[in-house]
Amino acid sequence: MNVNELRNFFPALETEIFGKKLVYFDNAASSQRYIRAVKRQEDLSLHCNANIHRAVHKLSADATEEYESTRNAVKDFLNASSREEIVFTSGTTNSINLVAFSFGETFIHEGDEIVVSEAEHHSDIVPWQMLCSRKNAVLKVIKVDDNGILDIDSLTSALSERTRIVAVTHISNVLGLVNPVREIISICHSKGIPVLIDGAQGIVHQRVDVQELDCDFYAFSGHKIYASTGTGVLYGKKKWLEAMIPYMGGGEMIDHVSFSGTTYAPLPGKFEAGTQNFNSIPTLKDSIELFKLLQDNELKLYCDKVSSFMYDALTSDSRIKLYGVPCGTVSKIPLYSITVKGVHHEDLALLLDKMGIATRSGQMCAEPLMDRFGVTGMLRISLAPYNTMEEAQYFIKCLDKAIAMLS
Amino acid sequence: MEGINSNKSLAEVENGIIEDFSMYEEWLDKYEYLIDLGKNLEPYPESARTEDRLIKGCQSRVWLDSKFEDGKLYFAADSDAIITKGIISLLISVYSGRTPQEILSSDFSFIDKIGLKENLSPTRSNGLVSMISTIKALALEKSNV
Repeated sequence: MNVNELRNFFPALETEIFGKKLVYFDNAASSQRYIRAVKRQEDLSLHCNANIHRAVHKLSADATEEYESTRNAVKDFLNASSREEIVFTSGTTNSINLVAFSFGETFIHEGDEIVVSEAEHHSDIVPWQMLCSRKNAVLKVIKVDDNGILDIDSLTSALSERTRIVAVTHISNVLGLVNPVREIISICHSKGIPVLIDGAQGIVHQRVDVQELDCDFYAFSGHKIYASTGTGVLYGKKKWLEAMIPYMGGGEMIDHVSFSGTTYAPLPGKFEAGTQNFNSIPTLKDSIELFKLLQDNELKLYCDKVSSFMYDALTSDSRIKLYGVPCGTVSKIPLYSITVKGVHHEDLALLLDKMGIATRSGQMCAEPLMDRFGVTGMLRISLAPYNTMEEAQYFIKCLDKAIAMLS
Repeated sequence: MEGINSNKSLAEVENGIIEDFSMYEEWLDKYEYLIDLGKNLEPYPESARTEDRLIKGCQSRVWLDSKFEDGKLYFAADSDAIITKGIISLLISVYSGRTPQEILSSDFSFIDKIGLKENLSPTRSNGLVSMISTIKALALEKSNV
């Protein structure tokens, strides 16, 4: 498959912005929708809309089948050992909050410690801070070096007898570097500490096998992998999910309710209170099918070519500083956060927008990391497999023009 | 901190800006003009570059200083981003040196008319939005004096 054939699956890429053809380079914030996912959601909304699980009628049975077959597909996609380990959520943030609450309420006590890295998205910081303030627990932070590489020594020294959980990102949404999560997990496990991986970016760019990784939790969103917004997944090892108290109470998550006491549904229903997003969750099946297409060799080679072009162009320009520099075994995804000497990130993003290019500027929901690098924000360019060499070349030309206008 | 266009009415200045911008058909030309305005913005007094005058946002930061003298409000402002400075320059040319009543008579729609509404959307996290609310709030406060 070539890139133009792939682009046919994403009609939004044909949009015009300010009279220019859209160049969508904000994929790390949200990818464009895969046409089959859009069609499935529409089809389910129009022809298969009924609340799932409880009703005996045919429409509900069909909707339930769509929803539950998605769980099987996700289980296979992640190579989880059972479907009970797949919990549907509204997105990564929801998944992490679920763990911070349910794991936290079950296992965290006063004086316990939780470890995160300084390259985390706010969604993998704030839920833990909230937990710490509820429980009088302590949040400890692993450092990254000047290249953005996670400092494994600082992980080792952050761990103590009181560490109850470690939460790190698979790939930082600012640095784009693939963290050595297997190594992190094995270090933590050697001390009996469970690990949550924020997979919001990781799932997009890495093939994730949760058994091989041996992570305890893996969280990701559907909208970054071409599926519908409001869809997300929490993978959790059965032993943890079974031991954790529920996150929200309500319909679906119960076994038996009475005023003298309520018992909860078995996994995964225990963590899926209330009406689920049953018209959208099944679009994850389309994403999974799309990932199979993306394994195409021709496409992969093309993506590598575009990525190398971008990396070389950005790193060979002395006006530009790139954050997240790959080195040794640490690889980088096509995500480039930069600053330009004497030029504000917002100005760059505004001018690029007028040239039809969508990028992201600001703190990228990672204020501590901005502080770490001493900047108020960055300009982030994030590519997807449907982005072309022509777009990359056009971007570099426009960036140059924008810098000239602003200097 | 002066009223730049005190000899013209507020509405006249607004209309003049709308006219200036109507000459530019290309978006980039409009922004080039804003960048120019930003570069030529009257320097912000260093003594007023204080934490309490700083409006932080996810995007550009804005420093805003104001004074009320002889029944008129005067503004000085600065930003770390040049396009924001350009818009600041427009806002100051319209609103600085005006009475609270004059400011309150403006609906701030000239920003929309020159196509910069997106830069000032309340959902956008930048200092400009706060700058406008501060100008409005000060005008309201002083009109009750």
